[in-house]
Amino acid sequence: MAWRPDMPTLPLIVLLPLLLGTTACLWLGHRAAQRWPQAPAWAAAAVTALALLLLSREAPAVFAGQTLLVQQPWVPAIGLDANFRLDGLALMFGWMITVIGLLVILYAAYYLGPEDPKGRFYALMMLFMAAMLGVVLSDNLLLLVVFWELTSVSSFLLVGYWGHRAEARAGARMALTVTGGGGLALLAGIVLLGQIAGTYDLSAMLGQGPAIRDDPRYPAALLLILLGCFTKSAQVPFHFWLPEAMAAPTPVSAYLHSATMVKAGVFLLARLYPVLGGSALFEVLVAGAGLATMLFGAYVAVFKHDLKGLLAYSTISHLGLIVFLIGLDSPLSAVAAVFHILNHATFKAALFMTAGIIDHETGTRDMRRLAGLLRPMPWTATLAMIAAAAMAGVPLLNGFLSKEMMFDESLRSRIGPLGSNVVVVLVALAATCSVAYSLRFIHDVFFNGEPRDLPKPHPHEPPLFMKLPVGLLAATCVLVGVLPALTLGPLVHVAAAALLGAEPPPYKLAIWHGINAPLVMSAVAMACGVLLYFALQRGYNLHLHHPRGWTGRLLYTHAVDGLMSLAGRLTARVENGSLQSYLAWMLAAALLLGALPFLGGEAPGTGARARLPAPPLAVAVWLLLIAVGVAVLRVQRHRHLAVVLAGAVGLVASTTFIALSAPDLALTQLSVDVVSTVLLLMGLALLPQSSPRESSPARRWRDAGLAALGGLGIAWLSWLMLTRDFSSISWYFLEQSLPLGGGSNVVNVILVDFRGYDTFGEITVLGIAGVGVLALLDGLRLRRPELDPQGRAWSYAGEPLLLRSAARLVLPMALLVAAYIFWRGHNRPGGGFIAGLVVAVALVLQYMALGQQRADQLLHAQAGRRFVRWVGIGLGIAWLTGAGAWLFGKPFLTSAHGHPHLPLLGEVPLATAALFDLGVFVTVVGATLLMLSMLGAASRPAPRPAEGRS
Amino acid sequence: MPSMEFLLATGIGWVVAVGLYLLLRGRSFTVVLGLSLLGYAVNVFIFAMGRVWSGAPPILGVGEQLADPLPQALVLTAIVIGFATTGFVIELALRSRHENGSDQVDARRDAGDLPS
Amino acid sequence: MSGLVAHLPVLAVLLPSLTAVLLLLIGDHGGDLHGGHGHRRVLWARRLSLGSAALGLLLAAWLVRETAAGHLLVYRLGDWPAPFGIVLVVDRLGALMLLLTALVALPALWYACGGWDVHGRYFHAIFQFQLMGLAGAFVTGDLFNLFVFFEVLLIASYVLVVHGLGRERLRAGVHYVVMNLFGSALFLVGLALLYAVTGTLNMADLALRVPRVAAGEAAPLQAAALLLLVVFGFKAALLPMSMWLPGTYAAATAPVAALFAIMTKVGVYAIVRVHGVIFGADAGASAWVVMPVLLPLALATCIVGALGALAAHSLQRLVAWLTVASVGTVLAALALSDAAAWGAALYYMSHSTLVVAGLFLLSELVAAQRGDAADRLVPASPVAQPALLGLMLLLAAASVTGLPPLSGFIGKLMILQAASAHAQQAAVWSTVLAAGFLTLVGLARAGSVLFWNVDTSQPRRGASGASPRLIGAAVWLLGAGVLMSLGAAPIQRYTDAAAMQLKDRAGYARAVLGPQGEATDSARPYQGRAAPGAPR
Repeated sequence: MAWRPDMPTLPLIVLLPLLLGTTACLWLGHRAAQRWPQAPAWAAAAVTALALLLLSREAPAVFAGQTLLVQQPWVPAIGLDANFRLDGLALMFGWMITVIGLLVILYAAYYLGPEDPKGRFYALMMLFMAAMLGVVLSDNLLLLVVFWELTSVSSFLLVGYWGHRAEARAGARMALTVTGGGGLALLAGIVLLGQIAGTYDLSAMLGQGPAIRDDPRYPAALLLILLGCFTKSAQVPFHFWLPEAMAAPTPVSAYLHSATMVKAGVFLLARLYPVLGGSALFEVLVAGAGLATMLFGAYVAVFKHDLKGLLAYSTISHLGLIVFLIGLDSPLSAVAAVFHILNHATFKAALFMTAGIIDHETGTRDMRRLAGLLRPMPWTATLAMIAAAAMAGVPLLNGFLSKEMMFDESLRSRIGPLGSNVVVVLVALAATCSVAYSLRFIHDVFFNGEPRDLPKPHPHEPPLFMKLPVGLLAATCVLVGVLPALTLGPLVHVAAAALLGAEPPPYKLAIWHGINAPLVMSAVAMACGVLLYFALQRGYNLHLHHPRGWTGRLLYTHAVDGLMSLAGRLTARVENGSLQSYLAWMLAAALLLGALPFLGGEAPGTGARARLPAPPLAVAVWLLLIAVGVAVLRVQRHRHLAVVLAGAVGLVASTTFIALSAPDLALTQLSVDVVSTVLLLMGLALLPQSSPRESSPARRWRDAGLAALGGLGIAWLSWLMLTRDFSSISWYFLEQSLPLGGGSNVVNVILVDFRGYDTFGEITVLGIAGVGVLALLDGLRLRRPELDPQGRAWSYAGEPLLLRSAARLVLPMALLVAAYIFWRGHNRPGGGFIAGLVVAVALVLQYMALGQQRADQLLHAQAGRRFVRWVGIGLGIAWLTGAGAWLFGKPFLTSAHGHPHLPLLGEVPLATAALFDLGVFVTVVGATLLMLSMLGAASRPAPRPAEGRS
Repeated sequence: MPSMEFLLATGIGWVVAVGLYLLLRGRSFTVVLGLSLLGYAVNVFIFAMGRVWSGAPPILGVGEQLADPLPQALVLTAIVIGFATTGFVIELALRSRHENGSDQVDARRDAGDLPS
Repeated sequence: MSGLVAHLPVLAVLLPSLTAVLLLLIGDHGGDLHGGHGHRRVLWARRLSLGSAALGLLLAAWLVRETAAGHLLVYRLGDWPAPFGIVLVVDRLGALMLLLTALVALPALWYACGGWDVHGRYFHAIFQFQLMGLAGAFVTGDLFNLFVFFEVLLIASYVLVVHGLGRERLRAGVHYVVMNLFGSALFLVGLALLYAVTGTLNMADLALRVPRVAAGEAAPLQAAALLLLVVFGFKAALLPMSMWLPGTYAAATAPVAALFAIMTKVGVYAIVRVHGVIFGADAGASAWVVMPVLLPLALATCIVGALGALAAHSLQRLVAWLTVASVGTVLAALALSDAAAWGAALYYMSHSTLVVAGLFLLSELVAAQRGDAADRLVPASPVAQPALLGLMLLLAAASVTGLPPLSGFIGKLMILQAASAHAQQAAVWSTVLAAGFLTLVGLARAGSVLFWNVDTSQPRRGASGASPRLIGAAVWLLGAGVLMSLGAAPIQRYTDAAAMQLKDRAGYARAVLGPQGEATDSARPYQGRAAPGAPR
């Protein structure tokens, strides 16, 4: 083949409807709905015509045997590029899509009711058309998948166009589920194929068919791709969505579900035939599925009472026929397939439109009520008869020709185990059925007595523009039927050539090949079909037939319902809203994962580091700890006791810190304990004093087990580490603390200097917590029980004199102490944080002594807003201190220090770190006061009703 | 005579076990209690990762030996953060109990589906 | 200018921090919205907050540009040498995360300014603190500092979760907070173990010391790694620690939920840094210690998330489940542990973050127009703007499901291709595709109920429709998703480059620890002796 240089028109053909078409239709439907209700239709028609024109401009080149390519990279790294190609096959489908699209648009303009939103309809049609054109014009297979899924989506939206109808919603969802799901399989298959071929571009892939078919991954790729094609083209057993999709407006059915979209699967089979075809596996799968579908569809169609139902199943059957032909490993069958694709598109679209007309005129599609419409609507009847005859394969019509070729092929075919004789019989059977249902379509609707209680009692001919498209299509049937070679001959030739990737062998499209087996077969089928229909009609009384037994649809609904309930049950089990089970899961996971490394081969044991003998006191404290733990477990439901005991555990921790040379920790832990115990008690005042025993013994044992394992695990880890010597970066801090950090309390220097950034984050956390508490308790007013369980009054609302005087005394002292702790912090245990807590505690004492209101007034708390400002100031100081370093071109938080000698205070370590520590101090005071005063404010008897926003 | 290391390791383990058990109870207050116990234990654990040193505060010019200062600094940070979060969670439990009328921590499964 | 460039990494943290401090000083409405002061304060707070968020976006974009060339920005806080002081390190990944955060934060904030921000106290300050925490976590090169900033972002998130209060929020809040506190405890244990074995906290230094731990001694180290996996996995909503997420996100207000779309990614990010790099390919006895566990868990998360989406009764809950599913997909790709897969994972993560955030906003927009039915998936009165909202939902849904031509499709395609070399190809492929299928079914159901199954007898609620401001926020996020598919090629190049950069441990070490890089003896045997120079 000859390549033409880049042709920008191809992308344009897709982009026109995709961008211009959709937006124009939406906009017109939105703006001009009143004045020109048909405006969107005209816009759509114009865009389609334009696309058709552009396409036709390229046709000569294609007929000259060229393949047009346009390449535009998109995501080259993953092989997804906007590469388009136009060859015979693409041209044929492109014409089909645009021409029939044009007719359908024309038809729909008169079909849609005034209340149907036109803009949306045509926009969706445009979207679909663009997607379909994209599918047939793609050269890059990933791009093809993109458009492929787009057709599924747009078909979903079009089937659901009348979304207020339940069957429309169901049909739309089913169609999307099946075809979209198939699309995912297709994607997988294409990716696999691309990896076998090393490219996703057809132009590069078509050449290397044999190599691909020899690859071990070929069967998997083939299966996945076929899954995609069969779901799309409604092959058994994935056929069931198509009849359901008939809930769509008839133009949609005519366009998507007979002429174009369902042909996408067929198209892809044809597209990839040179790559995938020609293997025994391919033949068995494809031809087999096709044959089964052809037979099944034809048989079921006979028994349908709904016009569109009948047409749907006949469509399934004809799709099967085409798939069967593609599956057969013979070049001529490919020609037949291509030919029949065109023929089926013409007569089936015509028939759907007729069905729509009948529905439109009589208000029903039920053949048990319809009858004798020949008299009221003779034109429609004539056109319908021509199309139906073509479908049945009556001579002088296009259907006849392709069927002849199909018979001819079937005579020479054998599918795996099935010999050609079996195949022939099955094919003939299918043909018989198709004659029967075609006959039924005509006889039941236009003859067969008088209509019975039609919703619209007086049917008559539809407007001309509704008949016109049907007329054109019917005319085509005749024209092609009489002069095949002159009309479609060339197109079929180039299409077949593109399908085969080679020149097709010589063949002759003609009506008369002389008396031969195919002719006999069609004659037999014709006769049997007529007999069959009238036999059923008279003998079996077709109208009383009721389809029963399981259908694919039933299976589908069962599957989906099963999936739904499974999902529901699973979700209910795992996400059951129980914090306890979530925590248990997390803990269990931690235990399991944490234990994994030790289950392996050489797990380390006790190390060699020299132990530190424990003094008796330590042992005593240890025993105390154990006892306290037991006590906590015993009394956990008596909350006051539990709180006190927990505080005791805190004390033990502090003593441990003292004993093991961590004075700073001890101090901090101690002061934190005081405050948080106060908090717990204040909180407790507003909570139930005791928890009921709820969890079952089994649950308690499970939890005990988890807890014990957790304890053991952490103990073992500590033991392992404690008994080993170690290396660390700490030497640096010891060396540099004094010379560079300007302080001899290494821990403090680390906090405010080496790792001052941590502290910066840490006080931020504290500040947020304070503000958060304010936000959390905003507008909360709880009435505190007047007496606690022991019958003692809650003291700090009242103003005991002793406490007040004590508070007065404590405050200044506390401030002094705080200042001291603060200043010595850099060299001795202490620092801004502890100082802050001391001050905060002292101030809280004021609250207790003076009562909430008085203290608030005294401190100008303004319902905490002032404390928030303190937090802000504290953080601000820290921020500025850190940023100050920028002035000296140093990074954030770079410290400087000196040791000026001041009177009274003596040598004062004046480090910027101290300024930073001041920020810490202020933040701590502010945040702590927020927490405590907010809690106090909440527990104040309500002056006005609570204003909790919820 | 048991070693300091042994006491420390077992002590940590014991408090962790108690804390975890309380954490798995059904009432917010007990859960908070469990969390604070867990917090104590974890702080000591971090501290212990600097190994045990007796009479060696990490203050220059005091003693011969100096305990590893880094874990201590980390623990200080952890304590402060723990304090902040504990303070918050207490008041959260409070508010939640006020709004939900119970301090039971478990929720009905369809909870999230109520318009909120 | 160059001076400012030098401080870029820390600025990403300090900008929101300063904004938050100012907001605290300004104060907020304090309950009275209509009283002049309160109202004026609100206006100022909004301006300040939005301005800062916009500035943050510029900053992040600048950082991306700086790092795109491939060199790491290293910032030594306090001018202390690594690994002794804390260093901030911004590489391609860090910059990407910052940009992602800013891209989500700005529209979320914009949306919140539509009215949510006054349904509680100090919303803007807390929001900025949240951003500060996120930024801090993404730029730090020190593991303990990572913990600190986790706490910053967490405590801010505690406040945000219950913003607006109400029963469900508080109940979900209690769950969220308690589990996170437990998680923090685990985090500390893991950290302490790491220090106890390696004696250092700096990530680059850890990456050098972990390999030196002999197999016989490595067990505690690996235990630490696995504990950290539990912590980060919990944040990322990895099974079996993911069950807190749907309830929490479904209860949170829309803007908060949208912002939280980035929160799960913090966990993912931490997993990349710690388990992908420190315990990565060259980690000697501990190489890839968590990946064998991670892959199955991630795949399970993916499926369970999709099933949850299928079973969800409300749109916001459905979206929350989709978050879980997407995290599963990302982690599965990470667990494949080669550069290509990581690049795909990063791309997919960026896409899912943006789209999920947009969906959270969208679900509230829809809910607001459906009367009492809110966002529950039951027939109700039609929404006021079916075309607009329907189109947006369609876009988002298609993108999440991985339907072409949107970013989700490209991301999934990348993951499929990256997985194809791997031993677990079949498992990954079938899971990713199956999850996509389930999501498709679930979203088709949701969409058809919300927009088609309406009883037109009822009048349309809120006929006016949502304000352009609110719509705009959602459009921003969904639009970003669309742009990600149009500009997929450059973005994909960037994410691939980021992945490659993560694999280059030596380069990272050199940049952070100085030219001697590998050769440092930062940690020395500790005898508790002060240095000679120190006073006696």
